[in-house]
Amino acid sequence: MNATGIGAAVRRKEDQRFVTGKGHYTDDVNRPGQCHAYFLRSPHAHARIKRIETKAAAAMPGVLAVLTGVELAADKIGNLICGWMITSKDGSQMKMAAHPAIAHGKANYVGDPVAVVVAETLAQAKDAAEKVNVDYELLPALADPAKAQSEGAPQIHEIAARNTIYQWHLGEAKAVEVAFNSAKHVTKLDFINNRLVPNAIEPRAAIGEYDSGSESLTLWNTTQNPHVARLVMSAFVGLAPEHKLRVIAPDVGGGFGSKIFIYPEEVVCLWAARKVGRPVKWVAERSEAFLTDAHGRDHVTHAEMAFDAEGKATALRVKTIANLGAYMSTFSSSVPTYLYGTLLSGQYEIPAIYCEVDAVYTNTVPVDAYRGAGRPEATFVVERLIEVGAREMGIDPADLRKKNFIKNFPHQTPVIMTYDAGDYHASLKKALEVADYGGFGKRKRESARHDKLRGIGFSTYIEACGIAPSQAVGSLGCGVGLWESAEVRVNPTGTVEVLTGCHQHGQGHETTFAQVVSERLGIPLENVSVLHGDTDKVQFGMGTYGSRSGAVGISAIVKALDKIEAKAKKVAAHMLEAAEGDIVFADGKFTVAGTDKSSAWGEVALNAYTAHKFAGQELEPGLKEGAFYDPTNFTFPAGCHICEVEVDPQTGESEIVAWTAVDDFGTVINPMIVEGQVHGGIAQGVGQALLEGAVYDKDGQLVTGSLMDYCMPRAHDLPALKVEMTRTPSPSNPLGIKGCGEAGAIAAPVAVINAITDAIGSEDLAMPATAQAVWQALQKAQDRRKAA
Amino acid sequence: MAMTMNGQVQLSASREVVWAKLNDPEVLKSCIPGSEQFDRIAGNEFQAVATVKVGPVKARWKGKVRLSDLDPPNSYRISGEGEGGVAGFAKGGAKVSLSDKDGGTLLTYDVEAQIGGKLAQLGQRLINSAAKKTADDFFIKFAAAVTQPQ
Repeated sequence: MNATGIGAAVRRKEDQRFVTGKGHYTDDVNRPGQCHAYFLRSPHAHARIKRIETKAAAAMPGVLAVLTGVELAADKIGNLICGWMITSKDGSQMKMAAHPAIAHGKANYVGDPVAVVVAETLAQAKDAAEKVNVDYELLPALADPAKAQSEGAPQIHEIAARNTIYQWHLGEAKAVEVAFNSAKHVTKLDFINNRLVPNAIEPRAAIGEYDSGSESLTLWNTTQNPHVARLVMSAFVGLAPEHKLRVIAPDVGGGFGSKIFIYPEEVVCLWAARKVGRPVKWVAERSEAFLTDAHGRDHVTHAEMAFDAEGKATALRVKTIANLGAYMSTFSSSVPTYLYGTLLSGQYEIPAIYCEVDAVYTNTVPVDAYRGAGRPEATFVVERLIEVGAREMGIDPADLRKKNFIKNFPHQTPVIMTYDAGDYHASLKKALEVADYGGFGKRKRESARHDKLRGIGFSTYIEACGIAPSQAVGSLGCGVGLWESAEVRVNPTGTVEVLTGCHQHGQGHETTFAQVVSERLGIPLENVSVLHGDTDKVQFGMGTYGSRSGAVGISAIVKALDKIEAKAKKVAAHMLEAAEGDIVFADGKFTVAGTDKSSAWGEVALNAYTAHKFAGQELEPGLKEGAFYDPTNFTFPAGCHICEVEVDPQTGESEIVAWTAVDDFGTVINPMIVEGQVHGGIAQGVGQALLEGAVYDKDGQLVTGSLMDYCMPRAHDLPALKVEMTRTPSPSNPLGIKGCGEAGAIAAPVAVINAITDAIGSEDLAMPATAQAVWQALQKAQDRRKAA
Repeated sequence: MAMTMNGQVQLSASREVVWAKLNDPEVLKSCIPGSEQFDRIAGNEFQAVATVKVGPVKARWKGKVRLSDLDPPNSYRISGEGEGGVAGFAKGGAKVSLSDKDGGTLLTYDVEAQIGGKLAQLGQRLINSAAKKTADDFFIKFAAAVTQPQ
């Protein structure tokens, strides 16, 4: 390892610009002649749009255009789409309703755009929006997913009877039934995986620009995957042919999944830019972000686990209703199915699993992937059942886990996945040591002396990252491939530019990707720059989500570096007048094996471009290679988190007093960045467990629509986190990387709930476990004890 | 989201006088805080415009107001719905009833309303106190109005 290579805790190169205000975000981009868009949004959750009167608004000062769904349809702008086809158990395809970028005929959630005003200034656009008169006919609204399929529920889209998008299933119902019939013990739970608002620090933004000379469109956009955005906006929305549409994702301030999707606003900015002949800019306000960013989670679940007399899990059955909101967002269909049902085996050998998922429409903003996407929900199901099962059977929860762990790899689960490598005992063992599990009883007594209830909760989670290979995801209904591309451009002076199809929005790719190059080519980190986020620079790529950039994106870079090394060896062979097979490349030097003859990296790079030492017929000049990498399998990061809480029974307030995370991410490129990702993930998971919850009232009004009513985690909500790692490299990619971006958010919520329920001695506790919820659970438990 | 409010106000005028004032658009207009317009469009239907601020949400509300279930001089129902443009909407009504008390009239009101849009998103924590304040302001003026000569 060199000082800046793989495994080095190098400081992030990009932080200098971020912390000194030199980042360049979409809102920092201002184009000559730019005007501003303001969206008028439906205040009703469900209403027929009878008429929109725009004349008065159009006559307001500075107004360039007032556009509605009528004009959008007249211009034949296509609908937004969901790119993963799910097939129901009866063989029918999912019911994808039309999703126009501006509501046409009917508004289906509070925040659904009904008109856009384009004006010289934002203030003028807002003033004019007040003059737009929309005549609504109110329709009964549906906000609760659990009621979506009941008789008499308001029907949102004609295509979906009883608001049901699909009824999907996975696994063997019969085998599960047989196992349940002979079970010694059955643990049953009902719960809601609470709905979350993503709240990236940078709100979504877009600038559309039309160049009439070249008849091409350019979009600056807060997107996690500019190429997929371009593909969808070209092939489905039909804004411009792909080669006439450039998408630039400059610095992006966090996404957590919410910026994967193609939203109405960027479509409208591009469309409007062509209509008014000027660049059109839109930046979401925080209030708009709450109403219109795709939310996360929102599952209603009943789950049961069967155990035999020894405490071995014999079967699992799960029934979930997943709320997808008013329209199907870009990847929404895959989240409660192939990212959820396939992970229900957890770290355990469970012989039979059956999972049913009904996805439903409601009059709420669309729901799609949010950090973890399906896997936190699956982990919550499995880890709650194991923990509660252990308590019910009187077995230590760590022992019950050990008893059920998968020990031999590869392991085929009953729910599609083949786990390729892992060591679940190792991470649990280390976590028990770090958390001083043996000393918990003493600490609990100590807490009791201060009138506090202490609890401990486990989460031995598993996730699947770097979703691939493309052939496999294609067979499951995915509309795209999930490989990644890389191009390595060596300059004549030996500095290197890496172009990647991944996109960074907080992950530190500019550092970690450069570390891989630094290690491989033996050059300083500062001689490597990483370029991403521009469809004119990077030919194609799939973007960043699902913890894929390390496992898939870096693997593509490694593959391109293999080609660079092979080519550079050819150049060196000519320079050193030796056979190509005798050239050894190490520590940034090409050496003729067994001699002291060598050429440095920089000399070889220069010679590749001067081309003085070889003839063009023998070798092409230049040193630039590209690669597309498609993995052979998902990667399976796993680990053990242990949360310890103290609950004040007087107030219900829970304090997390200790946290141990032992994660197996395989090979780690930069341990400092990985630890940071774990910290952030845990904070988000703790947010879900204790504080966050998006609430729509029965009329579909979002009543947690600001940071006053939607509580985000802050530093004081977390203790100092003990983060450790175990390492079993992934056999599915060249460096053995598994991915770390979502682990914390997947592991954490259930660890917190397991700890609080341990402390209060009641399993009847929903997320977010606010002080009020915990206090009520304590009172209910007390009432039950009194009644008994 | 739903909002409910109820209360009682003692007025020093006869039931007949209070009833007449409750049915006089000029009186209602002068007593409704922020009222700009309160015009009869037909029978017991009125067109109203008022500027109301709830926390961070300020808007000019336009809508229709209706009087129904009239039982002079005992009770009626006043209901309406208004659009505040970008600020959202409000709709609802109040049952208002009168009874003789202490030589004057006791007015009892029972309000039920639905609000939506930005007002529900940002102003809902404040809506109950804002509604109470609006009602208080109204009745201070209305109490004075009922003692004015016809």
